[in-house]
Amino acid sequence: MAYSDKVIDHYENPRNVGSLDKDDVEVGTGIVGAPACGDVMKLQIRVEDGVITDARFKTYGCGSAIASSSLVTEWVKGMRVDQALEINNGQIAEELSLPPVKIHCSVLAEDAIKAAIRDWQAKQAQLEAQAQGTAAAEAHSS
Amino acid sequence: MTVQTPIYLDYAATCPVDPRVVDAMLPFFTQMYGNAASRTHSFGWTAEQAVDNARAELARTLSADPKEITWTSGATESNNLAIKGVVEYVQSGAEGTRPHVITAVTEHKAILDTCKYLERHGADVTYLPVGPDGLLTAEQVAAAITPATVLVSIMFANNETGVVQPIAEIGKVCRERSVLFHTDATQAFGKVPIDVDAMFIDLLSMSAHKIYGPKGVGALYVRRRKPRVRLAPQIHGGGHERGNRSGTLNVPSIVGFGEAVRLARESMAEESARIQGLRDHLHDRIMAENEHVFVNGAYDHLLPGHLNISFAYIEGESLLMALKDIALSSGSACTSASLEPSYVLKAMGLDDELAHSSLRMTIGRFTTREEVDHVADALKRHVTRLREMSPLWEMVQDGIDLNSIQWAAH
Repeated sequence: MAYSDKVIDHYENPRNVGSLDKDDVEVGTGIVGAPACGDVMKLQIRVEDGVITDARFKTYGCGSAIASSSLVTEWVKGMRVDQALEINNGQIAEELSLPPVKIHCSVLAEDAIKAAIRDWQAKQAQLEAQAQGTAAAEAHSS
Repeated sequence: MTVQTPIYLDYAATCPVDPRVVDAMLPFFTQMYGNAASRTHSFGWTAEQAVDNARAELARTLSADPKEITWTSGATESNNLAIKGVVEYVQSGAEGTRPHVITAVTEHKAILDTCKYLERHGADVTYLPVGPDGLLTAEQVAAAITPATVLVSIMFANNETGVVQPIAEIGKVCRERSVLFHTDATQAFGKVPIDVDAMFIDLLSMSAHKIYGPKGVGALYVRRRKPRVRLAPQIHGGGHERGNRSGTLNVPSIVGFGEAVRLARESMAEESARIQGLRDHLHDRIMAENEHVFVNGAYDHLLPGHLNISFAYIEGESLLMALKDIALSSGSACTSASLEPSYVLKAMGLDDELAHSSLRMTIGRFTTREEVDHVADALKRHVTRLREMSPLWEMVQDGIDLNSIQWAAH
């Protein structure tokens, strides 16, 4: 498989490899794919005041899967959550010049960032519910 | 010592042509260029003599008669001729019968696709499963034989794993039941001793480019006596090769094939020992220096130069990409056009993840110990690096059972 220079660059010098604390309330984690299919991506974001301040990934997969996830972590840093939700696989595939058989790698990267954002949103919703519950309880007890 | 890169470790795919083979071939392009079928002048006689010499080299290596060697364009054609040739000959003699063929799920596509073709053309085929070690048993073959069975086709050694089947035992079962036995010996011929009588082989496919000969030439051994094998030709024309395979002979390539076979036979014991020594060294280093690595195929039944290993939690293509100065192949889906992981490894019971994570390393005549050490060093380095990048490895380190997770298929 002949890869573009950008895929090779991201594969050889992947950006933002690693993990964030998945239990941190500011962190959203998305894990997509399956070992049987040959690719699994874990993508994590840290969100402060609605802005993604950090992103990390780990990927089991081929070179273009690794490059797609590396690229997405680079892109989302500094984006607002609503901007990050607009990233689509076509942009990733175009940036990396992925061949047709590797388009699914870019789809997976899009799914990973969306899953990470959903996880973060779910945490925020839970926090809010808890805060309201606490407020209600406090109001009741006073 | 620095090693010259790229390093070639894919001898099961093809080989460089041995310079001695090239030397033997060259005069037949520009000086002795006659048509081996020309009976009326010395150009033809010289070419025919050269072809006969090569035929004798192949026959001698198999303990066969030179008249039993048919030249082809390669092992794929030999396999087609053997299987379609036998089945169609039977069909031509008895219309309406459905001949039965037995083969194995781990065969090369040249066998499997030929069998699939025959299933659409009035034949039945049984595909035998293999064990986790990649091996078949003669008992499995015996149990699958029916009164309609005309041919058993089992490869001598597997191209992906190097696993050598119990050919003599399978051959014996076939002979006892009066069923013809074909073996695709593309990987094994010239590397391990083969005796068509002692192993009860009736048809055997060979290829030149796997043993340092040129590409585009192969041969089929076709037994002439006890039993006499009859084939329906697949290429019609001038009646060359006793009518089995028409077409002007590729004299320079046949000469090269003959020379390659002679060299392989004369150096077989010494070369096998050397290559196996390198393979064992590579295997021992990989197993000692990396955890969660698994050899695919029964190690004590392998061809001397083959090594197929799965590196768990790393996808094979990404490992190939890391080893960019080393020529290897992988069972990963991402390296195949079909996006399916190796059917051979899956047939051995490997789950998809381990099939995706496999590398095939095949060592040959020109491989050095320095090259093998370079490969082992590079593997250690990149396996560590890619695992640090692998979410699966992280989960396993955290004590999570990957099978307990509900993965979303995509």
